[in-house]
Amino acid sequence: MSEFRRLPPISRRALLSGAAGVATLAVASPFRAPAIAQHAPLRVGLMLPYTGTFAKLGKFIDDGFRLRIEQNGGKLGGREVEFVQVDDESKPAAATDNMNRLVGRDKVDVVVGTVHSGVAMAMVKVARDTNTLLIIPNAGANDATGPACAPNIFRTSFSNWQTTYPMGKVMAAAGIKNVVTITWKYTAGAEMIGAFAESFTANGGKIVEDLTLPFPEVEFQALITRIAQLKPDAVFSFFAGGGAVKFVKDYAEAGLNKTIPLYGAGFLTDGTLEAQGAAADGIKTTLHYADNLLNPANVAFLKAFKAKTGNDGDIYAVQGFDAAALLNIGLTAVKGDTHARDRMVAAMAAAKIDSPRGPLSFNKAHNPIQNIYLREVKNGRNEMLSIAQADVDDPARGCKMT
Amino acid sequence: MRARPRLPSWLVPFLCLMAAVALPFWVPTYYTQFASKALIMGMLAMALNLAVGQGGLVSLCHAAFFGVAGYVLALTSPKYDAASLLLTLPLAVLASGLAALAIGALALRTRGVYFIMVTLAFGEMLYFFFHDTGIGGGSDGAFINLKPEIAIAGRQLLDLDKPMAFYFVVLAFTVGVIALLLMLVRSPFGHALAAARDNERRARSLGFPIFRIRLIAFTISGALAGLAGYFAAAQFGFVAPEMLGWHQSATVLAMVLIGGLQSVTGPLLGALVLLGLEEVLKANLAQWKLAEGLIVIAIVLALPNGVRQLWPLLFGQPRQKPSSGKVAPETGRG
Amino acid sequence: MDLITFGVQLLNAIQYGMVLFLVASGLTLVFGILGVINLAHGAFYMLGAYLAYWIAAATGNFLIAVVAGVAIAFVVGLLLENVFIRRLYGRDHLAQVLLSFGLILVIDEVREMLFGKDVHAVTPPAWLSGSIQLTTNLSYPVYRLAICVFCLAVAGLIFLVITRTKIGMIVRAGAENREMTRVLGINYDSVNRYVFATGIALAALGGIVIAPISTVFPGMGDSMLILSFVVVVLGGIGSVAGAAIGALLIGLTDTFGKVFFPSVSGILIYLLMALVLLWRPNGILGRREI
Repeated sequence: MSEFRRLPPISRRALLSGAAGVATLAVASPFRAPAIAQHAPLRVGLMLPYTGTFAKLGKFIDDGFRLRIEQNGGKLGGREVEFVQVDDESKPAAATDNMNRLVGRDKVDVVVGTVHSGVAMAMVKVARDTNTLLIIPNAGANDATGPACAPNIFRTSFSNWQTTYPMGKVMAAAGIKNVVTITWKYTAGAEMIGAFAESFTANGGKIVEDLTLPFPEVEFQALITRIAQLKPDAVFSFFAGGGAVKFVKDYAEAGLNKTIPLYGAGFLTDGTLEAQGAAADGIKTTLHYADNLLNPANVAFLKAFKAKTGNDGDIYAVQGFDAAALLNIGLTAVKGDTHARDRMVAAMAAAKIDSPRGPLSFNKAHNPIQNIYLREVKNGRNEMLSIAQADVDDPARGCKMT
Repeated sequence: MRARPRLPSWLVPFLCLMAAVALPFWVPTYYTQFASKALIMGMLAMALNLAVGQGGLVSLCHAAFFGVAGYVLALTSPKYDAASLLLTLPLAVLASGLAALAIGALALRTRGVYFIMVTLAFGEMLYFFFHDTGIGGGSDGAFINLKPEIAIAGRQLLDLDKPMAFYFVVLAFTVGVIALLLMLVRSPFGHALAAARDNERRARSLGFPIFRIRLIAFTISGALAGLAGYFAAAQFGFVAPEMLGWHQSATVLAMVLIGGLQSVTGPLLGALVLLGLEEVLKANLAQWKLAEGLIVIAIVLALPNGVRQLWPLLFGQPRQKPSSGKVAPETGRG
Repeated sequence: MDLITFGVQLLNAIQYGMVLFLVASGLTLVFGILGVINLAHGAFYMLGAYLAYWIAAATGNFLIAVVAGVAIAFVVGLLLENVFIRRLYGRDHLAQVLLSFGLILVIDEVREMLFGKDVHAVTPPAWLSGSIQLTTNLSYPVYRLAICVFCLAVAGLIFLVITRTKIGMIVRAGAENREMTRVLGINYDSVNRYVFATGIALAALGGIVIAPISTVFPGMGDSMLILSFVVVVLGGIGSVAGAAIGALLIGLTDTFGKVFFPSVSGILIYLLMALVLLWRPNGILGRREI
């Protein structure tokens, strides 16, 4: 059991930092004794996928988050910021453990994360149990701002429902009657397809068949042949990352894109266009962002992001950027004192942010209220055709918070 | 080499147990949780070692038995209420044991490399069973909202939500598993199992019912893996198919090898070493997987009997006789 | 299901099985001759796909990627055999399992350092990138047909080598009874090295040819590894013909399983494996007790 002998140095370090705290107290007390906490840096836990399938998304969220803090002079609500990074590897099984590490061992003031919905729901659970402030910069699981909603949990991205619901009306209005849907069989897929089907059938459309394959399998050939056999008016799909690239390419190679137009959730063509190439041309999707938004906030954001990272900003970077903006609003309202949690949460819930994506505010469940854009892939970009639906508000089904 | 007075054989285990009991009183809560996790993985590694070390059966599907028990807890837990530990724990262990019995009955028809691949494939089958069907939330996994409670006639005896209480329950079960395994290994059954490992032909000619002995060992091993899985699921409040995946199985095999196959408690040490290593590497190194991979390779090549081989080097005195036979003898060769 | 759709699904099944065969044949050779269980086989498949992406992007020519990728994989195979694998001959299977598991972690991290962790697409050569119109609205990519033909050619080559050459004789003898061949005084050291490197090269070749129709992504080797294991278990260890049969069986089961039983398609191939094991514990063409 020699393993345990290694532990004392760590508690000794904790002791030392405690001693440092006392020293600060002694020095600072003549000026502002009650505001000690504001002098210590704010500890922000970034729990994101730094490796694995979603690594690139994690990197962009991280970059966007840090960019906003840099623009703020390296501070949030007047406090210096200290980061603790944890790689969640997009593994739900390790999520509780990783979150405990941030909250229990590293004593962070706020956690920002993550991309994968399963990991995010595990984080939500720990955040509820420990009353930790959590900002979700991507994962869209409806439940996070539905039955699992809590005052200390915010989301700066989207709910799965929100991104695809407007598409049902758009497609029905275009005269499409019969649609085959295809997605991975997991919560995100079911929620995106479900919201689309909800509005599409309400507007008179019909779902001919609901094709699924296990996440994250990418052997689509059998299902594509099935689509050709069914001959629907259009296909509505949701895939992301590597799966999105392969599906779009397989669909085009089978020649289906010439006769059966492909529609999808925005993630089908976001961050994947370079790999999809010409196969993606003409695909129409809905999302809360488009590559050619010309509002001043977006122009400034893209320029700054390029200057900082050398990369072109995307929706993931925007979501990270807005997470920092939201946190800044909350902390500024309480002058950096995270113990004034109620006032801080109230300020964040009432926030109106001029986001690069357009106007951004929050509903009672702390999910964004935002525009959803209809986009079409042209010239290797997701170009906006119109606003599919303005100020889309997730119904927050099951949320008991008022 | 200096001769030293020999310590009484009970002293080291006793001191270890005392240290384990004292631990949660002087480390922060996070490390109590970490110790619980290490004990749980140690239980799993010790369970696996009954098959690998004692039986010579290199199984790559023990994570599946581990996970099945976790899923039993998840599926039997009411949504807004705590499950009863006294009811669900036996059920979970039974389910894992049955899974091991079924897979063992098929896999034990094969030998050597074949056995490894067949167990790997069956483990993956259980993985895909939970991954592809809607049972337990599919690839998203399922939550256990409240830890199971130990209650008799409606009176709660222990609050497992307190990390310290949870730790002591896990510690008690770990000690129980060690006792059970020691008893098994020293029993005639354990000797027969080892005999079949060392020389299958001779054991067979001596009249041992080898298939049955191995199947019993494999089933007990799987059931104990389930015990560990039950506590893992309870601790994290979440189960996902990854819990059953072969990466997990291989990691536990690494723990077994690091701790050494020769003893019952070696794998527990292996679990502590590997988890501790991961904790340190993850905190300090972006390329921690590279380091972990290299360390595993180095141990395989340099320390075929596990880190215990280091002791004679460090303390100048062999703690145990150098192993006489093969380390993990292949079954049925020749 | 009409006849044409059935035919297309059959083609899908065969094409899928062919790629599986390519990867699994390398695995079965290494098992059969070296008696080494290599969990890192899938990692080399993934590495092959990344090499294809990298070389094709650098040279603009997919054929160069095929040749150079296979050559690089072969050399890496020789090197690994020399440094690690040959220390495993005669060691127990547990050591082999863990050493190759360690290799997976290392290869993953090395891949990340060399190629990053992005998803990539690879363009097939222009003369293979068209499609053939099959029905009014469905066409079949030429490249997928080309894969079938290419894999058949590779399979033919492997059979020729095994049935007509001296190395092939040793390979066959080894698959039948390794101890006996050793007793007969065949020098394994040189044979081992080339067989291992060939196995690695076949895994990488599988990754290279699949790159244009799959995408290139970090986790792609994992599922392929398990599938190759099932193929080898089905066919019988060391039997290349068995691997071909096993691969086609899995291709058929998986493709038609997805169409007819979508909710349980993932476990169908394992049920198939369990049935085969009940019937023949050593695989369809496996003869010896391992």
